[in-house]
Amino acid sequence: MKWGDVRTGEYLLPVLDAPLILARGLVKTFGDFVAVDGIDVEVRRGESFGFLGPNGAGKSSTMRMIGCVSPPSGGTLQVLGMDPATDGPRIRARLGVVPQRDSLDEELTVEENLWVYGRYFGLPRHVVRERARQLLEFAQLTDRADSVVEPLSGGMKRRLTIARGLVNEPEILLLDEPTTGLDPQARHVLWDRLFRLKREGVTLVLTTHYMDEAEQLCDRLVVMDRGRIVAEGSPRELIARHSTREVLELRFDADDHAQHLAGVDGIADRVEVLADRLLLYVRDGEAAHSEVVRRGLEPLSALVRRSTLEDVFLHLTGRSLVD
Amino acid sequence: MAIRTDERVPLARQLVRAVPFPAGAGMARMLVERNFRSFRRTWSIIVSGFFEPVFFLFAMGVGIGAMVGDIDLGDGRTVPYGVFVAPALLASSAMNGAVFDSTTNVFFKLKYAKLYDSVLATPLGPRDVAVGEIGWALLRGLAYSGAFLAVAAAAGTVRSWWALAAVPAATLIGWAFASVGMASATYMRTWADFDWIQLAIMPMFLFSATFFPLTTYPDVLQWVVQATPLYHGVAMTRELMLGEITTAMAGHVAYLVAMGLVGTVWTAGRVERLLLR
Repeated sequence: MKWGDVRTGEYLLPVLDAPLILARGLVKTFGDFVAVDGIDVEVRRGESFGFLGPNGAGKSSTMRMIGCVSPPSGGTLQVLGMDPATDGPRIRARLGVVPQRDSLDEELTVEENLWVYGRYFGLPRHVVRERARQLLEFAQLTDRADSVVEPLSGGMKRRLTIARGLVNEPEILLLDEPTTGLDPQARHVLWDRLFRLKREGVTLVLTTHYMDEAEQLCDRLVVMDRGRIVAEGSPRELIARHSTREVLELRFDADDHAQHLAGVDGIADRVEVLADRLLLYVRDGEAAHSEVVRRGLEPLSALVRRSTLEDVFLHLTGRSLVD
Repeated sequence: MAIRTDERVPLARQLVRAVPFPAGAGMARMLVERNFRSFRRTWSIIVSGFFEPVFFLFAMGVGIGAMVGDIDLGDGRTVPYGVFVAPALLASSAMNGAVFDSTTNVFFKLKYAKLYDSVLATPLGPRDVAVGEIGWALLRGLAYSGAFLAVAAAAGTVRSWWALAAVPAATLIGWAFASVGMASATYMRTWADFDWIQLAIMPMFLFSATFFPLTTYPDVLQWVVQATPLYHGVAMTRELMLGEITTAMAGHVAYLVAMGLVGTVWTAGRVERLLLR
């Protein structure tokens, strides 16, 4: 295509602006169970988009529909401008998928996993070989290339699964719970790799039930609960809209923290009672703490912190993300 | 179902479209390539698939054959027992190999290795999975039967150049059994369920006019035997290895082709229902 062409110019812009993923009233049911209950989603090119919610919120079902391996039960879905029902193979050719459970080919070596997966996309052998070399480097697994998959650590397997999902140079990378089950260090290595991809312009779509992961990785996210979207925005927007700037956490020597509600009355915009503490949503945590001390309340511990997406979720649903 | 004729599309492809066959990207060979890579590390298993019928050939054909002597084919002709039993061993080893490959291997990949979950995330569809796995079972079967035929010829149990056609014939038997076998494997819940497959295979192996001629049976049982797929496989292979082709051949081939088609479509449908929910 020629950039100077007026006609191309007219066509090209709307095409580039069109969302890569567009869902309207998307529904997924399994028998009587409604996993996804009419959600609207729009993901644009180059952004990093997240589905945040607890287990069973319908995130994975949504991801499977986007990945064209699960037919929607209702509503409309377009991926890369095509309909998964009729263009599944063409869409999947341009997606990278990192499933929740590593599904590496244990009968093959690390490098063969990349080769063979690339061949599933119909890539010629010499291309597959070259990409495997680059991806091994990207996944920091070059020295394990000839190892079988089984003895690799959880973090290594995860990186290999991500590398495998990149073998077709996808326009969208779908990551379902990318760091679940990894130790903190392995998570940071993985996040670093995902940042690099994001900088290179790969559109990331991920699900997570870790609010820190969502805050780290997502430009924009939707909060899901029981198959529905309960909020949408950037992490910062969501916190600004649904929570206060700071949170004062108070822990008392009490079986039921609700009995201390009367004592803190009027200090905070909003108070949440958890099993083991009170959360006071306030603008200034230190000032609120001084007030608590002035009133003669004696908590076992007091902690001032910033609001997180966890607080947003708690506010919107009355429940915690991780039970 | 009305088949709309379109001049530009070959008839074969139109027929394929008319069959309710789950989607694929026409890339089943990539799965065969994957299996070949994996097989290079586990080649020892394939060797047992070759030795089993060879051991049978020497035990039955040569050993027992020496005591049995010549055997009546049912139409007045007599042949040494080894010549009679070799085609049956070729046919039944094609069946055994195909069933083993397509049930245990596929069950493992489906249930434990979750191989197809990641395969279906690529352009490949359930049809590619079905065709690829069944195709791989056939390639292995081809190697088995070629090797067996060479041994059978060396043992002097081959009577005609037509016997070369027994290799593709064994592949046809393999297709029929691999496709139905793989479809059955998708219903298995635990390894214990595989006993049911053995229960179907074992009597066929023993009674499909493999070790004694069809005329041994009373009329009623002859009908039962002739209804089983392995009977047609054995009869087909025997005609070829004896070099005496009759019109019955068309029936044998038609039976096995129909079984292979049904099994392949069935398998693809099952893979779709299990994994693309």
